[in-house]
Amino acid sequence: MEKVTLTKKRIISDKIFKIGATVAGTYVLVIVALMAFQLISESYPIWQDEGLSFITKTDWNAVEGRESFGALPYILGTLTTSAIAMAIGVPLSIGIAMFISDAPAKIGAPLGFLVELLAAVPSVIYGLWGLFVFRIYFRDWIEVPLHNAFGDNVWLFSGNPFGLDIITASVILAIMIIPTVSAVSREIMKAVPQQQKEAAYMLGATKWEMFKLAVFPYSKTGLIGASILGLGRAVGETMAVTMLIGNATGPSAIPSSLFGPSQTMSSIIANEFVEASPASIHMPALIGVGLILLLIAIAINVVAHLLVTRMLKIKEGAINN
Amino acid sequence: MNSIQQRRQEYRSLFKQNVAGRLLVDKAVRIIVFSCVIVAIIPLGSILIEVFKNGITAISFEFLTATPGSIGSGEGGIGPAIQGTLIIIGLSSFIGIPIGVMSGIFLSEYGDNKLARFVRFFNDVFMEFPSIILGIFAFLMIVLVIGHFSIWAGAFALSLIMFPIVARTTEESLKMVPMTYREAGTALGLKKWVITFRIVLSAAKSGMVTGVLLSVSRIGGETAPLIMTILGSSQFFSSFDAPMDALPLRIWRLSLLPYDSAQLQGWGAALVLIIIILGINLAVKYHYMNKGTNGFFERLIKQRRNVAK
Repeated sequence: MEKVTLTKKRIISDKIFKIGATVAGTYVLVIVALMAFQLISESYPIWQDEGLSFITKTDWNAVEGRESFGALPYILGTLTTSAIAMAIGVPLSIGIAMFISDAPAKIGAPLGFLVELLAAVPSVIYGLWGLFVFRIYFRDWIEVPLHNAFGDNVWLFSGNPFGLDIITASVILAIMIIPTVSAVSREIMKAVPQQQKEAAYMLGATKWEMFKLAVFPYSKTGLIGASILGLGRAVGETMAVTMLIGNATGPSAIPSSLFGPSQTMSSIIANEFVEASPASIHMPALIGVGLILLLIAIAINVVAHLLVTRMLKIKEGAINN
Repeated sequence: MNSIQQRRQEYRSLFKQNVAGRLLVDKAVRIIVFSCVIVAIIPLGSILIEVFKNGITAISFEFLTATPGSIGSGEGGIGPAIQGTLIIIGLSSFIGIPIGVMSGIFLSEYGDNKLARFVRFFNDVFMEFPSIILGIFAFLMIVLVIGHFSIWAGAFALSLIMFPIVARTTEESLKMVPMTYREAGTALGLKKWVITFRIVLSAAKSGMVTGVLLSVSRIGGETAPLIMTILGSSQFFSSFDAPMDALPLRIWRLSLLPYDSAQLQGWGAALVLIIIILGINLAVKYHYMNKGTNGFFERLIKQRRNVAK
């Protein structure tokens, strides 16, 4: 008799435990669903007012009675800054990953740790450093000479080189994505089977040729995934960009030259969210921008994770064989 | 088969030609790759040097404990901001760690099904969500509902950043604990939850502490979600339902002011923040490198191998 009750007790308490763990596990799903629902329902007024032209319009006017909102400049601003950041940050990160994955552990590990420390520096400190240190040097040594040399002929370098502009924000973003991209790329390069590398050496390849023959073809997918992961970081980054991009609004925020001010989706939310009244249509407009940002970020990260996990699964398979 | 041999021949003949040129290219690539590392470390060095150099002149006992003075006066300090950062780290750990640990237990102990794979994937994607969106979400869920800015809203937003990190590291460390530990527990007639909490968790403690500390250092520097949840304030803590200050917020606001004195205070606050965050990171690294997880897990893995033999 007692045996039976004991077993029952055990089953009940274990069941509660299992249910508790499952609830905590599914918490993330609930949060994501709630988040999507909240963002859609709270930004509903702007979609009702502007329709899909919210995505294609360029006005941004919060004055009562003349409200008109369009998110296009900020979408373009986000895409431009992230693209430039990728163009600078990804080659650097892959170079770092090549060095560290290949260096002896005694040199590679501390250097890898230093590069990863870049990820520990808070975004707002990047902003502060960018605003008071980096911007000054960058303006005087790079922007002004480029502007003087090409400013009249090349639209890319036109505009007043002041330092609070697209290129400064993009370079800071590039620095910020380096730890993510280089850490993931490093893991992926380490996942290349040793035999492949040795085979390349056996054929007489130099180190660089070994990378070309054995590492890159094998890890291509994973490296693309790592870069897209960095893109996800760059798209969502807020504070450093807000402090450096110059915060233009409306049509003037459309990126026109590297030295012009602009605005990204996250920076306009950071700048205006607290001032917007929940009763006006200003706040739904900002939440609508947030919704677009979220959809872009989800799409980017889903693709990146599929690519990276596929690559690392291949790694597991390779090791087991 | 034939084609592989042909390609091998091709490569071999290719490699025999132009040896000096190839070695030159190889050397050039080595230099480029090494300079990539240097280029990445220069900003880190510059940030640390500038923050320490400029920040150290601002630091004084008054600066660390006083409330901010009137704008532009250069008086006062960042006491409320330090207090706010500590409170908000505590509160978001209070919400985030239990959920993260339980979620990690789910993924590791009950993690061999479709739902768990789904959760794992969403955890990974959620970890990369733009933090400002989490701030908007906390604003809509808490600030709008209760009608005023609140520390709980900020803590909720930060706990959303925290729990996926904790869940992930908990899962990883629980998976490192050998199956034999659990089997031994079952053989003793223990319940599953007792085995998990008393045996598995205590064996995996070290790795989990690492995860928690890293997530704390991550949320300590977050600014964006705090803008619309705790707003910022120049007063010390009065109630959970009032606006509150935090170090990153204070740095941001100070950097927007056009006064040199405000800029200096911003560097001072940045120094305090970076000491907290880099301190945690270095402590974790030191712990990890020396006695901590590394040796422990190596021992465990060795034991597991011996058992397998």
